[in-house]
Formats: sequence, C-alpha cells, structure tokens
Amino acid sequence: MRFLDLIWLVPLLPALGAFIQLLWGRKLSNRAVSLVSVGLPGLSFAWAVGCFLQLLHLQGAPFTKILYTWLPAGAFHLADGALAQLNVEVGFQLDALSAVMMLVVTGVGFLIHVYSIGYMGHEGGYYRFFGYMNLFMFSMLVLVLADNYLMMFVGWEGVGLCSYLLIGFYFHRQSASDAGKKAFIVNRVGDAGFLLGVMLMAVTFGSLNFLEVTEAARSGRFAVGDGVVTAICILLFVGATGKSAQIPLYTWLPDAMEGPTPVSALIHAATMVTAGVYMVGRSNALFILAPTALALVAGIGAATAIWAASIGLAQNDIKRVLAYSTVSQLGYMFLACGVAAFGAGIFHLMTHAFFKALLFLGSGSVIHALAGEQDMRKMGALGSKIPTTAKTMLVGTLAISGAPLLSGFFSKDEILWQAFASPYGRGLLWFVAFVTAGLTAFYMFRLFFLTFEGRSRVSHEVEQHIHESPRVMTVPLIVLAAGAAVAGFVGWPKVLGGSNHFEHFLEPVFENPTMRASAHHVWSLEFGLMLSSVLVAAAGFYVAYLWYIRRPEVPERVAAAAGPAYRLILNKYYVDEFYDALFVNRAKNLGNAAAAFDLAVVDGGVNGTGWFTRLAAEISRLWDLWVIDGLVNVTAFAVKVLSYPVRIVQTGLVQTYALLIVLGVLIFMGYYLIHF
Amino acid sequence: MIPTHYYLFLGTALFTIGVIGVLTRRNVIVILMSIELILNAVNINLVAFSRYFQSVDGQVFAIFVITDAAAEAAVGLGLIIALFRNKETVNADEIDLLKW
Repeated sequence: MRFLDLIWLVPLLPALGAFIQLLWGRKLSNRAVSLVSVGLPGLSFAWAVGCFLQLLHLQGAPFTKILYTWLPAGAFHLADGALAQLNVEVGFQLDALSAVMMLVVTGVGFLIHVYSIGYMGHEGGYYRFFGYMNLFMFSMLVLVLADNYLMMFVGWEGVGLCSYLLIGFYFHRQSASDAGKKAFIVNRVGDAGFLLGVMLMAVTFGSLNFLEVTEAARSGRFAVGDGVVTAICILLFVGATGKSAQIPLYTWLPDAMEGPTPVSALIHAATMVTAGVYMVGRSNALFILAPTALALVAGIGAATAIWAASIGLAQNDIKRVLAYSTVSQLGYMFLACGVAAFGAGIFHLMTHAFFKALLFLGSGSVIHALAGEQDMRKMGALGSKIPTTAKTMLVGTLAISGAPLLSGFFSKDEILWQAFASPYGRGLLWFVAFVTAGLTAFYMFRLFFLTFEGRSRVSHEVEQHIHESPRVMTVPLIVLAAGAAVAGFVGWPKVLGGSNHFEHFLEPVFENPTMRASAHHVWSLEFGLMLSSVLVAAAGFYVAYLWYIRRPEVPERVAAAAGPAYRLILNKYYVDEFYDALFVNRAKNLGNAAAAFDLAVVDGGVNGTGWFTRLAAEISRLWDLWVIDGLVNVTAFAVKVLSYPVRIVQTGLVQTYALLIVLGVLIFMGYYLIHF
Repeated sequence: MIPTHYYLFLGTALFTIGVIGVLTRRNVIVILMSIELILNAVNINLVAFSRYFQSVDGQVFAIFVITDAAAEAAVGLGLIIALFRNKETVNADEIDLLKW
C-alpha cells in the first residue's frame, strides 16, 4: 500500500475525530470518546510513519500530492513587470523537513492524547477537550504538510483558534477566558505581519508554492540583500514572533498556562509554538537572501532566550517556570535559524518537543498528585512518593540543561557552535546563549529540587492523598523520557566522531553554498566550546544544588539583598503592565469612546429622529383637528346657518304649498302674456 | 245671443273664488267644495267655447271633467275621513306634520 498517495489521511483522521466529538461527543461515554479521539491520532501516527519510510526511498526528493486547485487566481503582473499566474491549491508536500515535523506532531501528540485520558478523566467536558485536541492535530498537520504559504496559513490560524479554545477550556474562570483572548489577540498581531509578508511574496514571486518560491529565490534573480525580499522575511518573522512567543509578542504564553496541562504540553511546548520555527526553516531560501532579516531573527532569538530565562529564575508556579523555559528554548531555535543553521534549529525543535512535553506532563502528574497545587513553595520531598514521575522529570531536567549524551546536549551544543562559527554568527550571540544555558540549568534544577527534594512544604490535607499517577499517564512519561534520552543520537556531531545523520537528512531542504563552504573548521575550538557549555550547565546545577538542598535559607537572603532586581524579574519586567498602558487600555479607551459616541450621537440621532417624528405627528394631528375638521365643520355650519331662512318654506300646510303653486302659475302666465 | 265673454267672465269669477277658497278656508271640506267650484268654472269655459266654435269637442271634454270631478270628490272625501281618523280635526291649519 502506498502510504504517500493517501498522505491526506494523516491530517484527516484527527479531523474525523474532532468532527465526531464536536457533533455527537456529548452523547458518547468517556470510553467511546477516548477510543475515537486517541485511536484516530494513533492511526494517524502509524500512517505518518509509513509515509516517512516510503519517503526515504525517494532519496531526498520531495513528494507532492495535490488534491485540487483552491484559488485559480489567474494571470497578473508582478512588481517587476513579468507576467505570472497565481494558483493556490490544496496540496501536501512531504520532504525531510515536513516529515520531521509530521512525526513529532503525530508521535508526541499521540502520547499526550493517551496521557490526557488519565489527566482529564474526571473533568467535565471530556468530549469537548478531545474534540478541540483533535481539531488542533488536524490544523497543525495541515500547517506542516501544506505545500504553499496560504494553506499553511489556514493551518496557522486553525492552531491559533484551537489554542484559544483550549486555553480557555475552563471558561468559567475569568482568568482562563482572559488568557484565551490574550493568546488569540496577540497571535493575531503577528498574523497581520505574516499575511502582509505572504501578499508581498505573491506580487514579487507570482506564486505561494514552497518549491516554486524556493527555486525562484535560489535562481539568482534576486540579489543578496534585496529590499523586497528582506521586507518579506521581516514580515514573515513578525508572524513567527506571535506564534512562537518571541519578543515582543511572547506575553501570551505564560498566561496560557491557565489551560489544562496536556494543552500546555502539546500546544505550548511541543507543537504549535514551533510553527514559527518551521515556517522560518521552510523559508530558508528567502532568509538567506536577506542578511538583515537573519540578523534580526538571531538577535531577537538570543535576546528572548536570555530575557525569558531571567524571568524563569524567580517564578514560583511550576508551570510558569516551564512556560518561560519554552520561550527561552524557542529563542535558541530562532537563534539557530538566524545564523543560517536551520538544521540545528530543527534538531533542537525535535529534542525540545520530547523533553518539554515530558516536563509539562510530569508537572501535570505532580499537580494531579497534589490535587491541583501548582505553587512550588508548597511542594517538596515528593521524590519518594511519586517515583516514576520524579525519575522521568529528572531525565527531562537533565536533557534541557544539556547534560552530556542526552538529547538536549547535542542540539543545544550544535546551536551554540553555529552561533559562534557560522558565517552569519558572532561571538556576542554565542555568549548570550552560553549564559542562558547556565541560567537554564539553574532554574530547571531549582524546579526539580523544590518539587521533589528537600523538606516537604506540602499542606497537611493534600499530603494524605499524594499518589502516583495511573499507568495511562506514566507510560507516556516513560516513552518521552526514553525519547529525551536517545533522540539526540541521530544528530551525533562530527566533532565527536559521528556523521550527524539528522542534518544530513535535512540537507536537501536547507542547501546553502555559504554554509557548505564553511564546513571545514577547527575541531578543537568546537570541542572546547562544547566543554565550556557543559561546565556552565554544571555550574548552574551546582548553584541550584547549593541553594535548594544544602542551604535552603540562601535564596531568600539573595532575593532580599537584590530586592529591586528580584522584584523586577518576579514581575516579569512589568512587560504586561507596559503593554496594558500602551495598547490594551488605549484600545479599551477607544472602545469606550466609540461606545459613548454611539450612545450620544448615533443613538441620539435615532432618538432625535423619533422625537422629530412625534413632533411632526403632533403637528399633523393638530392640523387635522383644527384645519381639516375645521373646514368640514365650517361647511356644515354654513349650511346650517343658510338653512334657517330656507326652512321656513316648509310650513307643513297644504294651503301654503297650493299658494306657491298658484303664484308660480301666475308668474309663468305673466311672462308669456308680456312676451306675446 | 249672450256674448261669449260674459260666460268667460263668469268662469273667471268662479275660478278666482274657488282659488281663494282653496287658499284661504280653514275647513278641509270647504277646500274640497272650492276645488269643485274651480272645476265647474272650467266646465263653463269649455261649454262657452264649444258654442262659440260650433264644435261639440268642448262639451265632450266637459263631460270628462265632470266625471273626473266626481271621482276626485270621492277620493278627496276618503282622504278627509282617513285624516280625521288620525288627527281628529278638519282644520287645515292643524295638519302640519311636515313642518320643519
């Protein structure tokens, strides 16, 4: 069976699940819902694996399947005068890049769906949760399997919608519904940039198809540093900052933790937020033509990485720490793309999907065990009570910190090396990423120690009910831990003797003469940098160990001593307050002004028209009463008055009438006598 | 021979008296009698002109008039009786139901 021919089954199976749940889910039992909505993504994953294996036979050539032409837009003139025909079709493209994404989305997605059976089992709206999760899977798969920017945008918007629906899943809570709105609106700001970029692309290249645009970009038609291409790249990147939570549009992601933990794991760690990275990777041919845009991407990526890591140092909610960690790690991915090391960025995307999903699901397991407690100040010494969760979380924490041989080590180190050595990189970028690695190790181990080690600060009632999660939740944790441990091996770098299969696999997508030329480099320098990053991670681990295991009183003293700085990062640098003052409250003011205008002017106008109509009606009534009726009455009065003399004729006496007859005869006779 | 105009003057006098009677008298029976007087005046006129024109047409017409007067008198009296039954009066002044 040719899996590739029916590649559209990969997104369609979850869509079917969503369709069933959202129409009939209410009437189905939890068991039936689970069977449908976890089984279908599982089938989708199996099919995706089949497609991937068949893709390998094609030796690097991309596979395209077009279902039908969606927008046959017709011929038009490009900006440079050439004639082009824009045809947007509903089509699927499977190449190395989208295959990686597809496997990550279906694989990790499936595991999270399995986990959710246990986590959401006692919640209301079970079918609704799975319906939205399936819808998300469908949208994300459309996004990664699309063969053109417009269809990708359909998936892009779809995942934004599902993000909103799932963040605001507990919509009865004001904070949750607010967070959902914030996510969608901030996302939308990015989407405006994305759309502008797509439109500019359409009139510059005459096509939105990935293969056609890439070919046109690599053909030499455009000079390096071309202004229009730079503008396109910057606009596309604006969309990426919104979707992938980079500066300045990252503020929605920490708030998105209001949603259920599986949502945080799937959407805000493993898949949706990586859509921006995927998009930049897909547009690599364009970005190579625009060094300014690349510098912007790298700069913002690095800045976001260290900014978010610094905020994560002081957060007390377990999910918040992981949220800021996600923002920071996404910064790493964009840093990689910004130095044209797209393969490294995607490598980190894959490993990050494993360990971040693991960390989130593990934190969900902790929260489940503590019956809803999320504040780390009320945790502690859970390691012995929930051992499976603790062990898998340890693997995840080691992976994200870059402990040698775990997946995070390989991918993060590749990024650090490329930031330093790539023709597009510079030492400052490496240094920022280096410091961030140390901060990452510190705050992640802080999280681990506060939650699982040390002295128990759990409240008494909660302590009675601490229990390990059921197998349906712990098995996905174990599988993800295994992935977080070994997934890095596919990218074993050359400096340590490997051949970096992963980057080799992605080469056809990211071919770049400049990068290939710099392939030969100093092994010892790379090895030295690798060692230094391991040391800085170890330093971060050691400080966390010192402060949270050996001398737990130190953090408070440090926080007190660094008072203003500590408050600054605890309050996330007051960015939300800044945005509120600059944009949100101004928008609300505008809304209020518009409402006041509507009330005073528009409603006033309508009411005024009403008042005026009543006035006209009153005048009409009086006119009718006095003038019209008056005329009629006057006529009657005149007739009455005139009738008085006439009435007298009618005496009722026959003799009077006889007299009148006689008089009449005499008059007639007189007339004739006179004339004759 | 009596000149014709003597008959005409007689006829006119009788006619005038009759008319005055109709217009003036109170008793409805007297009004009826006055109407008879008018009709008879007309008869004299007709017969006088019949003699003048040496034609019998006038006399024939006079017979018709007499017949007619008789019928009319019968009807008139019937009216008066009906009227009397309703209004108990034979005074023309008192029959003014159709007064304004």
